[in-house]
Amino acid sequence: MGRNPVTWLGSPTFPNAARDALSDVQLRGNLAHATTTIRTKRAAAVAELPDWQRLRESGQAIKDEVLSNLDSYLERLEAAVTARGGIVHWARDAAEANEIVLRLVKEAGASEVVKVKSMATAEIGLNEALEEGGVSAIETDLAELIVQLGDDRPSHILVPAIHRNRSEIRDIFRSRMSGVEDLSDTPAELAEAARAHLRRKFLSAKVAISGANFAVADTGSVVVVESEGNGRMCLTLPETLITVMGIEKLVPTWSDLEVFLQLLPRSSTAERMNPYTSVWTGVTPGDGPRKFHLVLLDNGRTQTLADRVGRQALRCIRCSACLNVCPVYERTGGQAYGSVYPGPIGAILTPQLGAGTDDPQTAALLKSLPFASSLCGACYEVCPVRIDIPSVLVHLRGKAVEGTHTPESVAMAAASWVMQSPARFRLAQRAASVLRLISRRGKVKRLPWPGSKWTDSRDLPAPAAETFSAWWRRTRG
Amino acid sequence: MGTRVALFATCLTDTFFPDTARAVVRLLERLGCDVDFPAAQTCCGQMHYNTGYRAHAVKLAKRHAKAFDGYDAVVAPSGSCAGMVREVYPDLHRRTESVARRTYELSEFLVDVLGVTDVGAYFPHRVTYHPTCHSLRMLGVGEKPLELLRHVRGLDLVELSGADSCCGFGGTFALKNAETSTAMLADKMTHVLETRAQVVTAGDNSCLMHIGGGLSRLKTGVRSLHLAEILASTEEEPWAATP
Repeated sequence: MGRNPVTWLGSPTFPNAARDALSDVQLRGNLAHATTTIRTKRAAAVAELPDWQRLRESGQAIKDEVLSNLDSYLERLEAAVTARGGIVHWARDAAEANEIVLRLVKEAGASEVVKVKSMATAEIGLNEALEEGGVSAIETDLAELIVQLGDDRPSHILVPAIHRNRSEIRDIFRSRMSGVEDLSDTPAELAEAARAHLRRKFLSAKVAISGANFAVADTGSVVVVESEGNGRMCLTLPETLITVMGIEKLVPTWSDLEVFLQLLPRSSTAERMNPYTSVWTGVTPGDGPRKFHLVLLDNGRTQTLADRVGRQALRCIRCSACLNVCPVYERTGGQAYGSVYPGPIGAILTPQLGAGTDDPQTAALLKSLPFASSLCGACYEVCPVRIDIPSVLVHLRGKAVEGTHTPESVAMAAASWVMQSPARFRLAQRAASVLRLISRRGKVKRLPWPGSKWTDSRDLPAPAAETFSAWWRRTRG
Repeated sequence: MGTRVALFATCLTDTFFPDTARAVVRLLERLGCDVDFPAAQTCCGQMHYNTGYRAHAVKLAKRHAKAFDGYDAVVAPSGSCAGMVREVYPDLHRRTESVARRTYELSEFLVDVLGVTDVGAYFPHRVTYHPTCHSLRMLGVGEKPLELLRHVRGLDLVELSGADSCCGFGGTFALKNAETSTAMLADKMTHVLETRAQVVTAGDNSCLMHIGGGLSRLKTGVRSLHLAEILASTEEEPWAATP
């Protein structure tokens, strides 16, 4: 078993998964529509702020400060949470975190828990672990609920059911909820059905499980940002609240939060202000949960922090802006990335969190992810904390090919040797001109592998009869 | 004598698109530049760098810097090769900093250095412009190529919808993720065809080879042509289609 189950076990490499996804006409239609809409809205919301670039720089600076002094900020957070009546747990990996949460749920005497949408718990496969331990976890975020009821996997960080359209959602609800045989596919009716279904669960649950968007090291306050209010129900009604939080989610002080509460909503949902921002500090007698547990999760974050180039991925605030602008994500959807972190951020985060896996299939997937990009740079342009995703992708590509002996590495070495010398380059150009023999009207239509990867869908121009350098030598040399 | 300019033709253009490089020479000489083609140039190493072979890229970067030593400006008809030199080289080796500072993509050199937007060109065709990713996001050329096109006599410029979306080339991405690359290309071609343009132009022959390769495979009759060839075309010596 892999040490860090960041990926879904058994997932194929990106090119193979993408091939299947691309042939799904419905999926491509749903995604193109959804990403185009949200992309346009984000651009408008961001354009309203004259100091957007400076906000991004602030977000980057605050996160970098936290990451370079993570140990002391984490201890500060632990002390503050403990002083306010919370209990802090430390989990090295997914297995440890799942074990802690299952134990806490059992101690609270619950067999059912309600959940606030959370990437950290999805990353560690908490729902499945609870299920194995006899506890059923109910997702209360509408999109997570759609994924859960459909026995599906998420395909987007913010909108995990983005690959579904409303008639598909209606079908899922009809088959998995009671009393909704006549449900139509209007958004209002679908939302009402989910509301009635969930309300019963909120009122009976003894334990809620959440993630965290931010935690303030100074005060021990934990922040969850959501749009539906379902999260707030979970955070306030049950007796026990268990929060699983990645160790990188810290900000030093309250005033640092203001930067992120501007950056996050505009980047993720294109809203000026987030609808439901819940903040709690330890426990407050007579108000909200009586017990609060904070599980601090490493699961590959420390090893990511050790990489000078790759560590910037830990600045991520899970806004999804990079997914929504990514031309690759728009075509393949999120599930092709084999993990709960899809899109450009997934392509740099998953391989780092999961590095060191001993499962060969997972290792192959992790190596394929940094290549799932044309390096167009749209992700870097929108990232609210200025993660230079293209540079990290290139860095991780370097790690993926390091020490490999493949036809590609041999070809690259040969190309490099050729290009070290103008004379050898001229010879290679002359050699390439044999392609003219198999060309018609200046186009090569068909090449053997790996050239077929190009000519399957595109013509290749035949090399010129006289290269530019040859022409220059002849006429000007 | 005008500005001493070195043409950085790029290995792809040198081999596959010599007309583009000749057009750059013609254009720059028409604008009073003293153009040279340093014979030592080969490849900037971008393919190696972007595919993860950094050590090879460092070697190529060092020899590229040497090949272009001593010129006032280095001009490339490519946003991505110019971007490689200017934005990536300084991270690879400190001996490349000087060439990085002196390297320009063609439209930047025309507008920012020579200060011209009307280059005296004539091109009586319906044209749409695809802003290539690296020229747009790495170099930030912005409106410069469009400014140049707007001043070309006879040219009917049609806006391309979804213009800033990648065409799906991405170097070795086009081979490693061929199906995804082709899906991106299909959408780009749809947008090009919607414009009913006769010619799609851009500042990079790599992206044009991709878009043009798709358009040719589908026998659309739409021609891909580098910006330099449009700008070099005049009433006296108009651009002539070669097969």
